[in-house]
Amino acid sequence: MIKAHLLAAIIGAGFLASSVTTFAADGSAILQSQCASCHALTQPEKVTLDHIWERKGPDLYYAGVKFNKPWLVKWLQDPVRIRPSGVFYRTHIKKGEKADVVDESTLIDHMKLTQADAEAAADALMALTGPEGLIETGKFDKDKKASPMAKMLFVKLRGCSACHSTGDGKGGLSGPELQTAGERLQPDFIYSYTKDPQKIDKGVWMPKLAISEQDLQNLTSYIVQLSGKKEAK
Amino acid sequence: MMNINRIISQLAGITLISLCSFSNPAIAADDDQFKHAERLYDTYCVQCHGMNRDGNGLNSTYMSVQPRDHSDPKGMGDIPLEEIAEVLKKGGLAANKSVLMPAWGEIFSDEEIDQLTAYLRHICKCGSN
Repeated sequence: MIKAHLLAAIIGAGFLASSVTTFAADGSAILQSQCASCHALTQPEKVTLDHIWERKGPDLYYAGVKFNKPWLVKWLQDPVRIRPSGVFYRTHIKKGEKADVVDESTLIDHMKLTQADAEAAADALMALTGPEGLIETGKFDKDKKASPMAKMLFVKLRGCSACHSTGDGKGGLSGPELQTAGERLQPDFIYSYTKDPQKIDKGVWMPKLAISEQDLQNLTSYIVQLSGKKEAK
Repeated sequence: MMNINRIISQLAGITLISLCSFSNPAIAADDDQFKHAERLYDTYCVQCHGMNRDGNGLNSTYMSVQPRDHSDPKGMGDIPLEEIAEVLKKGGLAANKSVLMPAWGEIFSDEEIDQLTAYLRHICKCGSN
């Protein structure tokens, strides 16, 4: 009888161990089964305009150097639209009364994950760090606050708000909203993408501007702190 | 009689299709010539300049300076080709125009700039130079 209990305990422990192992591997399995049809999980060999037009979601092969994990876990359970005109604005617009408008009927809601799946998927996503040197790490001075000039740079001098909204009903719609960027994105990613979007997302419809180091620091600080404000004023 | 009528109507249809296909060979040639430039325009320019190329793009509502109407023969026809190419490559400031027109020289090759310049002349219907 004791032997039987011992045997059952050993089998139980073995089952538990295998469950833990399976759970740890679930993140990659979730990415492959639920994400890969819309997102590139590995770097495409050659990026052409067709890739930009045809992809159904942003590339995720560098998600680990892009996103903040706590945000990922939260967002995957309760996704809120980040890109007001979809993953590629051109395929989600129509003629409005005067100007082009977003064709809401073409936008698809992102799937929701359970908490356990979101945590596992976030872990797996954070392991996707893309090619070496994609992001410039350590260049952005996290301790320095945005100067009063930063908003002027964002809105007028560098024209960021022509394409990006900041949660105050202002700003364009062809790029992702930036009012949650500080919560969503790693500061080094914001810095690097602002400096050279084409290096990170080749072919994307955001131009590479010649921005001075000082302005880059200021713009990054400004974008990071937008998350802490209800409205960007 | 029905057969004759059917044959006549089919011949008329074929003739009509033929006329449509060959009545304006220049348009067909243009379509091929500007295919890549049109794709570039649709990817990068439409966000501000609009699906109708008239300056009423998705972002235009939110911009302090309205994007140029590329369908305007007068406004576009007055700009020399060299200046159009310069603005595409180096941005609006290079020609004392809006800062909101970014420099695309890091994305478009010189050949693509030339193609887009020619395409802009094509869509404003304002000549080749």
